[in-house]
Amino acid sequence: MALLKVDDLKIHFPIRGGILNRVVDNVKAVDGVSFEVKQGETYGLVGESGSGKTTTGKAVMGLNNITSGDIYFEDGHLNAEKGKKIDVRKDIQMIFQDPYSSLNPRKRVADIVAEPFRNYEKLSKDEELKKVRELLQRVGISADSLYKYPHEFSGGQRQRIGVARAIALNPKLIIADEPVSALDVSVQAQVLNFLQDIQEELDLTLFFIAHDLGVIKHMCDRIGIMYQGRLVEEGLTEEIFNNPQHIYTKRLVAAIPDVDPRNRQKHQSYRAQVKEEYQQSFYDYFDDEGLAFNLKHITDTHKVALPERG
Amino acid sequence: MSHELLEIKNLSTSFQIDEQYYAAVDDVTLTVHENEVLAIVGESGSGKSATAFSIMGLHSRGKIEGEILFQGNDIANLPPSKLNKIRGKDMSMIFQDPLTALNPLMEIGDQIGEVLLLHNKNMSKSKRREYAAELLGRVGIPRPDRVVEQFPHELSGGMRQRVIIAIAIANQPKLLIADEPTTALDVTIQAQILDLIRELKDDLNSGVILITHDLGVVAEMADRVAVMYAGQIVEEADVESIFVNPQHPYTRSLLSSIPATEYAQDRLHVIQGIVPSLKNLPREGCRFKERIPWMDDSVHEDHPELHEVSDNHFVRCTCYQHFYFPDENKEEQANGVTEG
Repeated sequence: MALLKVDDLKIHFPIRGGILNRVVDNVKAVDGVSFEVKQGETYGLVGESGSGKTTTGKAVMGLNNITSGDIYFEDGHLNAEKGKKIDVRKDIQMIFQDPYSSLNPRKRVADIVAEPFRNYEKLSKDEELKKVRELLQRVGISADSLYKYPHEFSGGQRQRIGVARAIALNPKLIIADEPVSALDVSVQAQVLNFLQDIQEELDLTLFFIAHDLGVIKHMCDRIGIMYQGRLVEEGLTEEIFNNPQHIYTKRLVAAIPDVDPRNRQKHQSYRAQVKEEYQQSFYDYFDDEGLAFNLKHITDTHKVALPERG
Repeated sequence: MSHELLEIKNLSTSFQIDEQYYAAVDDVTLTVHENEVLAIVGESGSGKSATAFSIMGLHSRGKIEGEILFQGNDIANLPPSKLNKIRGKDMSMIFQDPLTALNPLMEIGDQIGEVLLLHNKNMSKSKRREYAAELLGRVGIPRPDRVVEQFPHELSGGMRQRVIIAIAIANQPKLLIADEPTTALDVTIQAQILDLIRELKDDLNSGVILITHDLGVVAEMADRVAVMYAGQIVEEADVESIFVNPQHPYTRSLLSSIPATEYAQDRLHVIQGIVPSLKNLPREGCRFKERIPWMDDSVHEDHPELHEVSDNHFVRCTCYQHFYFPDENKEEQANGVTEG
């Protein structure tokens, strides 16, 4: 069952110009994206900077104005007219990219983690403290850190404080926007393991946004590949990595470094071959206006943006 | 292999904290040959960037001991006036963050022109512009004649990084130090930048020091690899030995924490504890001891040295001989199971 459904989402940002400051054009950051995230799975959205993946994530959080399209969460319509709109901010939480800027440096850890309770639940001071302690324990931060400030923690610890805040209200969906890209590999490993544990423990659905394909491959059940505001391919993780169909996906997969230096020559010639294919046939994969085609099923689970004639 | 371009001998770089000096780089000895890529790997705080900055003479407050022989001449502790004759010419650096390394108020063409002018006073302005555009073209920037007139904020991250590279190669350096050159970039751009560095190395027969924490990049680029932990080299070998037959516990731990590779399990390996801060570095015994607390104290040396375990493969401390991961079967390990 789909927990989150995004249907033909478009987010355009106006470009203003001229003496009357009229809207002269639009940046089509997200231009017709549809996908579903199922209950309990980890769905990964991959793309390069500027592909619209973060904009899509923010739209689900309600942090962006939507130009057109619909977002459904459970049975509710997230962007319906006033009055019918459901409030899901408790159920959808976000983990941000940069653990150094997403925690208020002037607040103590206890206050940072307690903030969701203060906004949504009326708790006594004692109850609140008890819950904060529990949360910190769950993310492996010792209780004597309650009154410390963010700068006293390492990057991995900060990211875990961010996670503690995100799971405070027992959300159903967590949007993780590049949660480990600012971290060293071993700290990254710690945060990724931890996200998997939390997911299992709390039966969470994860919507994972990242540009690091290794991280995505490790974490996700299904993946959507975004390019210039459109999805160009979507499928199970194995399908995307073992059998990429769209030229952009192929290019992306070929660009991942191979950790075995013995394959260096082979990998380089494969990459050169994909690059050639990319240069020759790039335009075949996009319509006259340079947009990716609509996704078509090639198997039950694997969809690719291929032209009509195939 | 051709002859040595850079020889670092017993380099220690110390910084003053509360009246006392602490070594961020501790007794590092390294050699870079012509047409060779030496990768220095480690987490933040391991001393890899501090090593690079010492070579470039960019630590204004650090205390540098030991020798840094560049083409046979000791350049450690040279005054800036003398260093400036070499820096940006025979040896240059690609910085990590293109947004802070470029001057936001200066046109791209002028920023490249500045390096050219410093080392060639006779070059006219128009000639510098022309050459700047040529360099931009060489690093794969489309329409370089337009880009020379643009400012950094008008370019994307990948483009800015290429501008940094263009500046670094402007005077055809013999030694190129690349400090996390692709960390801020998307993977397709990363592949292009790495190709570019490789081509330049081949064209100019230069030596490259590649500093990174990304082991995938190392596997693709390096000829030799030095793994640093807490200011020391803990393992040094050719690239194949490091990946196929890693020895030091730190190297093995790093490899098994990268997601989605043959080294990784469903659960990634997490190195216990944190990289100690400069002030709290253990100065005696094996520095990695605290991160592998399940190993018996007796496996470590009191004064860990680099041991040559096979031809040109060096490992610090004796703990590698006994090392196993906590979730791994001890007997299996004793029978010599290796990855790859």
